[in-house]
Amino acid sequence: MAASEISTAASNPKNVLPKSASIGVHIFFIIYSLLCIIPLLLVVMVSITDESAIVREGYSFLPSAFSTEAYEFLFKDPTSIVRAYGVSILVTVLGTCCSLIIMALYAYPISRPDFPHAKFFTFFVFFTMLFNGGLVPWYLVYVQVLDVKNTLIALIMPLIVAAFFVLIIRTFFQTTIPSAVLESAKIDGAGEMTIFFKIVLPLSLPVMATVALFQTLTYWNDWFLSLVFITKEANISIQYLMYKTMLNIQYLANNSTAAAAIRAQGGEFRFPSESVRMAMVIVGIGPIIFAYPFFQKYFVKGLTVGAVKG
Amino acid sequence: MFYLMMLPALLVLLLNNYIPMFGIIIAFKNINYADGILASPWSGFENFKYLFMTSDAWIITRNTLLYNTGFIILNLIFPLAFALMLNEIKNRFLAKLHQTIMFLPYFLSMVVISYLVFAFLSDSNGFFNKSLLPMLGLEKVNWYFTKEVWPYILPFVNTWKSMGYYTVIYMAAIIGIDEEYYEAATIDGASKLKQMFSITIPLIMPIITIMTLLQVGRIFNADFGLFFQVPRESGVLFPVTNVIDTYVYRTFLTVGDIGLSSAAGLLQSVVGFALVFLSNWVVRRINKDNALF
Repeated sequence: MAASEISTAASNPKNVLPKSASIGVHIFFIIYSLLCIIPLLLVVMVSITDESAIVREGYSFLPSAFSTEAYEFLFKDPTSIVRAYGVSILVTVLGTCCSLIIMALYAYPISRPDFPHAKFFTFFVFFTMLFNGGLVPWYLVYVQVLDVKNTLIALIMPLIVAAFFVLIIRTFFQTTIPSAVLESAKIDGAGEMTIFFKIVLPLSLPVMATVALFQTLTYWNDWFLSLVFITKEANISIQYLMYKTMLNIQYLANNSTAAAAIRAQGGEFRFPSESVRMAMVIVGIGPIIFAYPFFQKYFVKGLTVGAVKG
Repeated sequence: MFYLMMLPALLVLLLNNYIPMFGIIIAFKNINYADGILASPWSGFENFKYLFMTSDAWIITRNTLLYNTGFIILNLIFPLAFALMLNEIKNRFLAKLHQTIMFLPYFLSMVVISYLVFAFLSDSNGFFNKSLLPMLGLEKVNWYFTKEVWPYILPFVNTWKSMGYYTVIYMAAIIGIDEEYYEAATIDGASKLKQMFSITIPLIMPIITIMTLLQVGRIFNADFGLFFQVPRESGVLFPVTNVIDTYVYRTFLTVGDIGLSSAAGLLQSVVGFALVFLSNWVVRRINKDNALF
């Protein structure tokens, strides 16, 4: 779609801004772009600042002394980071895959005009966008009924079915897949499952890719489910690890075997806490920074994929 | 076969959405763990009465509504202005570069955003207190203990984060406008500004209405992450940062008061539900095609 490309709506050569206004617009956007990058830049700089320089000058864009101490500390004993990364990756991959297949399997029947209860089941999913029971009953279902506290299920299941995406997928099925194709497949004796996996899914790659990107982002950036459901060390995701480090920088130190060894000998464990805190963020957002230009491209395409009116 | 295909999603919807809906009875009960949820005695509107006797009820409702109203207005004006201006940048590479950079904050989690804010506002080491304010000859500010500044910081952070998202949406709508309108306008001698207000904005009105309506319907639901992470749970700031969502979370999981928490949660759901219908009804009255359902 044209939407992914910035073409100018008024490409008429005569219909352009006056020179001065045009320069103003350029300057404005340069300043705003800087405003988007500068906070990240500050965090990067702090993470490579020498700890004593931080104490003297605070967080600065141009520190007087650099040091890679923070990263060395993080990677000397990377167990908790590696484990958190593992949890995040596992939850993101498993969650996105399950989510895609489960939502598509639901969206297909309600997209079919010959399914007698399509209307009811569309409403069944749509209603979840309008009303919810609130945090307390929702929490109790997971903790008391399902008993999944501290498990990965609690990090995956709540985000699997998003009504908004189900409706987007349904609309895509309705508008892009010619019913004649489905008819002829049926005449050839294909079952619904075969039709779904062999014909519908391959034809729906654009919408599936868009939803997959969104779900990947949702799972990767989620910390709320960890905050609510995770109380044990084992299943801490990278976002939650960053959150805990923010609250208490000692958290990282407490979980480092190096620190434990020093304490066992009665010594006091010292580490560059200020720069480590910021280095932790850089390690945590690494994948997003690299993936996001790619994400952004498909996201813009996805916007034009389908309306949700139901 | 259709039912079999729908089974997994139906199960998730039941457990994740529909069973909790019946859980709203908790708000009308005096829960004790010995009896369990169903057997606990009914308490009528007792929990709601308690809720309204606290000063919190007023504060969290006010904060939620005021912040969200501000967010909706900012999310309308700025991204629209940005999209209109971005559309005037004829250099496609530059326009795309700006759009990409502007989108960056949208992809960061609230945890990361709270770190970014902290790097500037930290009392002892923050860039503002250690570099910027001394340079300007101003006094240090204990940001995380100063209530007055947060009604500006939070809308700024929110707009900064969602700017790319809304700009891209409006941008896509503007690009879809037929070239001929502008050609005709140029021949008639309409100025750029005139074209924006007489052609561009009226033609993308449907998408503007839908985006705003979606937000108005959720005006009772605050962005939990923004209000929970960014002020770093500073208790001094609660009068200006506590919203319904953070209140429900804290009274339930920190304080452990099921009754108060579920009463507040239920009120939020019911009012939110009514608001979705109300806003949709209003739009339907104005223009049927723009309504959501």
